[in-house]
Amino acid sequence: MRKEVIEQVKAFRILKNSIRDSLKSVFRNFSLSIASVLCTTITLILVAIAIVVTVNVNHVTKSVEKELTIVVYASREVTDEQINNIESKIEKMNAVEDIDFKSKEEWKLEMKQYSETLEVTLDNLDTNPLLDSFVVKVKDVKDLAPTTKEIRKIDGVQSADYGEGMVEEIISAFNIVKTATIGMVIALVVVTAFLISNTIKLTIFSRRSEIDIMRLVGSSNISIRLPFVFEGFLLGIIGSFIPMIITVYGYFILFEKVGSSSTFSIVELIKPFPFVFFTSLVLLVIGALVGMIGSARAVRKYLKI
Amino acid sequence: MKFIQIKNCYKVYKNGVTAVADLTLNIDKGEFVFVIGASGSGKSTLIKMLYREEKPTKGIVQLGGINVGKLKNRTVYKLRRKLGIVFQDFKLLPKLTVYENVAFALECIGMKNSEIRPKVLKALEHVGLKDKIRSFPNELSGGEQQRVCIARAIVNEPKLLICDEPTGNLDANTSKEIMEVLDTINNNLGTTIIMATHDLEIVKRMKRRVLVLDSGVLSKDYEKGSYRTSESV
Repeated sequence: MRKEVIEQVKAFRILKNSIRDSLKSVFRNFSLSIASVLCTTITLILVAIAIVVTVNVNHVTKSVEKELTIVVYASREVTDEQINNIESKIEKMNAVEDIDFKSKEEWKLEMKQYSETLEVTLDNLDTNPLLDSFVVKVKDVKDLAPTTKEIRKIDGVQSADYGEGMVEEIISAFNIVKTATIGMVIALVVVTAFLISNTIKLTIFSRRSEIDIMRLVGSSNISIRLPFVFEGFLLGIIGSFIPMIITVYGYFILFEKVGSSSTFSIVELIKPFPFVFFTSLVLLVIGALVGMIGSARAVRKYLKI
Repeated sequence: MKFIQIKNCYKVYKNGVTAVADLTLNIDKGEFVFVIGASGSGKSTLIKMLYREEKPTKGIVQLGGINVGKLKNRTVYKLRRKLGIVFQDFKLLPKLTVYENVAFALECIGMKNSEIRPKVLKALEHVGLKDKIRSFPNELSGGEQQRVCIARAIVNEPKLLICDEPTGNLDANTSKEIMEVLDTINNNLGTTIIMATHDLEIVKRMKRRVLVLDSGVLSKDYEKGSYRTSESV
């Protein structure tokens, strides 16, 4: 019992000393610390940009995908029974989310309201030249092509169409942008980890004799490593401050500019709140983790016996 | 059981050099043993295997019942806490005072400040440096610096003190002082001491057990006092 308590007190003391030593080391190796912090800052700014781009591209893709509809026209000679048949067949398809029927009479009314010329023309015709139609919404963009094909096979359907080609191109372009930015983020994070680990290696190099002595007098590896890990943690946290501020202010400004400008009216950005705070938190965590991992990696070399 | 047991021990470095070959020896508790031999004879390797800086390639190195060669890297510190090690190049931290340098060894193992103080003062008293506790290493002479190292090595009351050419950087008179300090530690505290050295004058004068290494092989093992001037190394 008593021994356990002593061990706990010891562990606490080692922790306390580690934090104290890491703080000292940050100031003692000021220029190297600045270098680490700067490289973290720069990469995290790039990471922030990448996150903003990815998330917004994702957002736009989703909103485009929501509009994915197939317009189906029934043939002219179709009977009411056939209409019901078509509707129930389409409804049964797995990929279909929603189906909306519009009869030719409804179309006629709508078109008449659209313009006076149309109204006069339509009224002068003996028969209704328009067709009964369905607007079909699908669940996923991938379902568009196969569902359309299947609908075309149904008896009494004259045509079924969607924005063939273009929609898929937009979405695949967006997907490329998304993958590219995610790849960039990962690459940047790895690079930062290496840079921090190299910077800390330099500070460690100057403290090699200290580590040597610590090992000789019997410091456990963990108590040698902890101060350096804390140091990396601190450098990472400090390095993420500026990117966090830039993200918060920058995004608010961007949102206002894009929102008020007509050129970008198709692009709808994600609302800044709570997105910016979430992004900042991600940056902080990345900074801290990268700093810790980088420095832990750097000391490991000196702990091998 | 003997305090230190080395049995059929080999050490071959990665570059193919055999530093120690088929070494077998026993050392009792409280002994003072010199290890001598030309450069490259395996003295340092033997010393390094004792504090597990190097692992034996084959054979057993046992220290107080612990098979040192089998220790895992992360548990080596437990062995080091039971040893004191003194080097030729002192290995003091220049930014710390004499007191802090000695206390550093105890801080590293997580001891409380109130426990550290009396231990450090006692160790510094043993080496006769109690009046210099506030000095920095570069304000001390070589002999004094080496005495700080000895104080740091014995501050945790180790059973074994390992010295790798502790007088290598010092002149004859200072070496003599250092040897007196080591001698008192051996006599008064009962600490076992193993010391590698080039300095045959010291070895002759001390009249202790002497191990002679020759290209990795234990060529002679002189009992206490039987080593004579005429022997060449």
